[in-house]
Amino acid sequence: MSNNIKIKVKNYGFYYGKIKVLSDITMDIEQNTITAIIGPSGCGKSTFIRTFNRMNDLIANSKVTGEVSVDGINIYKNNVDVVELRKKVGMVFQRPNPFPKTIYDNIAYGPRLHARYSKQKLEHIVEDSLKKAALWDEVKNKLHTNALELSGGQQQRLCIARVLAVNSEIILMDEPASSLDPISTQKIEDLIDELKENYTIIIVTHNMQQAARISQKTAFLLTEKIDEPARLIEYDDTNKIFTNPGDKRTENYITGRFG
Amino acid sequence: MKRKNLIQKFWNYLLLFITLIVVVFVLGIIIYLIVKGLPALSWEFITQKPEAGMRGGGIFPAILGTLYLIIGTIIFSLPVGIFAALYLNEYASKNRLTRIIRLSIVNVSGVPSVVFGLFGLGFFVILLKFGKSILAGSLTLALLILPVIITASEEALKTVPDSYRQASLALGATKWQTVIKVILPQALPGIVTGSVIGIGRAAGETAPIIFTVAAFSQPNLPNSVFSQVMALPYHLYVLATQVPNAPENIQWGTALVLLLLVLFFTIAGTVIRTRARLRKVNL
Repeated sequence: MSNNIKIKVKNYGFYYGKIKVLSDITMDIEQNTITAIIGPSGCGKSTFIRTFNRMNDLIANSKVTGEVSVDGINIYKNNVDVVELRKKVGMVFQRPNPFPKTIYDNIAYGPRLHARYSKQKLEHIVEDSLKKAALWDEVKNKLHTNALELSGGQQQRLCIARVLAVNSEIILMDEPASSLDPISTQKIEDLIDELKENYTIIIVTHNMQQAARISQKTAFLLTEKIDEPARLIEYDDTNKIFTNPGDKRTENYITGRFG
Repeated sequence: MKRKNLIQKFWNYLLLFITLIVVVFVLGIIIYLIVKGLPALSWEFITQKPEAGMRGGGIFPAILGTLYLIIGTIIFSLPVGIFAALYLNEYASKNRLTRIIRLSIVNVSGVPSVVFGLFGLGFFVILLKFGKSILAGSLTLALLILPVIITASEEALKTVPDSYRQASLALGATKWQTVIKVILPQALPGIVTGSVIGIGRAAGETAPIIFTVAAFSQPNLPNSVFSQVMALPYHLYVLATQVPNAPENIQWGTALVLLLLVLFFTIAGTVIRTRARLRKVNL
């Protein structure tokens, strides 16, 4: 595994209005690695992951401090093109959210936004993305039916395929399996594991077994006192975090003493 | 227990009775209109000009005038209404300014239509020198129903789940691409419903057109947007109050035609809406 740094976070902080919810986060995220972000509910995991594609921009009165660089470029500089950033940094949400369009149109949505493709090229992208998302065999005969008719697990893989279709390099996943049954969850986890060959993946999960199963790196966020921002308590190899945590608080959390 | 049941029944029947009163009146008006107006309807009635000082002939100029006004009203009010709703719901941040805008829109819908007529006279007819014309009348009617269209469109936009917006933006879509490709198609059925209600209302309005477009009698059919036209609601008013001894069946026939015209637009709207909805579900 390469140790190239894909994302650098330095002294990162996040405010909702005047309330600081995340503070002093500094971490380097490696390329072609699955990085899990764990922590109790409400500690700002989702807020943190939405930093990397600037989805937090949608929240009025929010503010980011510190530095977040993707491929060496600070994405919070004024001249950064958010559209380009979001092409590069795709996102899969907690609940599957396919558009109420056909399976084909869902996958083609991203590519059509960014360029004019010939019909053949587009068909190729759709097939390729669905294959990479391990969904092709299940849907190849009904590409032109409504995506909402798929099962929840299939919808979530469709959403992953939709991201793959725009050639993202980084995929953010915000508890992608939390609304799915165990078998669908298994399929998603297998898929995520395969994807790390070509993608850098950051996954938020409140399921510690899941973090332990699929990730190579784990970051533990925690709000220690009410009214205080959450901080990065520990960030290390997943193995180390789960077998020999360097911080008492991490140990308490992973052994299930709270959260 | 028994007493409770009795009370329950009492309210049940009372509410049913009150609801039925409403239905009876609506049905009564429609049936009366059909019984009285239907004998007047004929091919000549809807294709000929009035004759004998409006005591005979047809009402074609008024039908055509109302059609022109409806089309003009749609052209002006639909884009403005939808864009305003898009701005308020998708673009504007929630602050004091947008609250004032929303409040104004609600208040505008409470302004009596005759006030719109006077405004149209002062602004479009006189100040902008459109004269009494289709243009001035359509603009006035468009203003009148803008609140209806904006409010209905905004409600429709609110029903589009946020998860669609997020999915689209996260794929690198701009806000405008998201609006055009995801949000508007989803909101379309609701927007059409609200707009049809508004346009139906515009078609039947008399006060706003008296000062801005309606002609008592028009020998020639309109030939430009600056022409005056006859219009069904005003024609009805004229027949009822300004023409002594106007045959009753012509008056009822005119009212029935107006009703049918509004019905036609309502049905057209329903068809568009159903199609949009079907496409949404089945694709």
